[in-house]
Amino acid sequence: MVETVIVPLIVILTVLFAVLTTVIFMVLLERKVQAWVQVRYGPMRVGYHGLLQTVADVLKLFLKEDITPARADRWLFTIAPLMALVPALIAFAVIPLSRDLTLFGLRFPGQVADVNVGLLYVVSVGTLGIYGIILGGWASNSKYPLLGSLRSSAQIISYEIAVTMTLVTVIVLSGTLSMTGIVHAQLDKGWWFGFMQPVAFFIYFVGGLAETNRLPFDLPEAEQELVAGFHTEYSGMRFAFFFLAEYTNMIVISAVATTLFLGGWLPPFPNVAWLGFLGVVPGWAWFMLKTFGFLYVFLWVRATFPRYRYDQLMRLGWKWLIPLSIANLVVTGLMKVLV
Amino acid sequence: MVTTWIPILIFIAVAMAFGIVVLLLAWSVAPQRYSKAKLQPYECGIEPLTDARERFNVRYFLVAMLFLIFDVETIFLYPWAVIAEELAWFGFVEILVFISILVAGYFYAWREGALEWV
Repeated sequence: MVETVIVPLIVILTVLFAVLTTVIFMVLLERKVQAWVQVRYGPMRVGYHGLLQTVADVLKLFLKEDITPARADRWLFTIAPLMALVPALIAFAVIPLSRDLTLFGLRFPGQVADVNVGLLYVVSVGTLGIYGIILGGWASNSKYPLLGSLRSSAQIISYEIAVTMTLVTVIVLSGTLSMTGIVHAQLDKGWWFGFMQPVAFFIYFVGGLAETNRLPFDLPEAEQELVAGFHTEYSGMRFAFFFLAEYTNMIVISAVATTLFLGGWLPPFPNVAWLGFLGVVPGWAWFMLKTFGFLYVFLWVRATFPRYRYDQLMRLGWKWLIPLSIANLVVTGLMKVLV
Repeated sequence: MVTTWIPILIFIAVAMAFGIVVLLLAWSVAPQRYSKAKLQPYECGIEPLTDARERFNVRYFLVAMLFLIFDVETIFLYPWAVIAEELAWFGFVEILVFISILVAGYFYAWREGALEWV
């Protein structure tokens, strides 16, 4: 009972708390980074240097009126935000955040569940979030949300192919689908897979930007054309859920990238003897450092690049990334056989 | 084997409970003052005359179908990738044949203009 229910429950609540806290500071960080790039201060009033700005925003959304438009499908309109949020959250179940820890004589696993098809689980659960977007846009029964949701889902599934294809190369290198197994494979090889597979890393990064609808691929929310995309009709807490899901997805993409390409909770160069002192820092701290570094690149890209046009976006996905990922896979397979 | 999935089931339950509880709490606190104009769908101030669920571009269906085909074929690569080391040359040649069929279909779709957006 303690081993199968209580311990996982503690780990789950810790992960959930960590993720939600990260989202809150992520939103603030985003505004701050945008501001710094544009030589502004950003939020400064609420708390020390605007530290509590997002907390205030969430509180405001919590107390706001939650409107269901008269023509909307009442049930789907309510379920859609949950269907976007829940898959984003449960993707964290298989991501190894740390080594196994022993506290108070109990053994706490470093991830919620070490399933043997971990990577497949991440890919499939990550795609489930589209249902929330599609249903949200359709249930609103309004033109902008419908168009936004169609665009959004077409974009996500287009880049999903290149991403799933490119992840195969990581499995070829590690020989396992278990997320912990992939981290250990990087320990055995002595290299992070990001160094061994720079092309795959690049494709995953571009695909990650597109799947989270971030600039330069944020067409579903292109304000000049579609108002706010699929969540135009949403307000109050249900809007907050879509917002939360979007940022959680960004963290999921970063955490998966960290696990697959940047060595997860491993310190840098774990096999180099004179760098052994880096192991003093606990694994979860390395994991957080890498994930936040990756998230920072997301924000940096947003501040730097202009938006793509929709046909350019589809051309990049279908005509460049997919052939590139197939070629990369064939080369990786060949290397595996030859070496 | 099955027991490793129990924590994931608990996670799903906790995540859903979190969402539902927060929604219910917010509804019990937030004001509800409806008016006819407020409940109208947003259309830049113009009164919507028709249902918004009209016919839309056929390309979206095309993208969805291509996604189904390519994604399912990609998933078939996963089992090979796990045991690529043991299968060695045999597995590589087999998967090369599989990928060439995939690529042939891909170029057919390209030539027929399924990948063009405008």
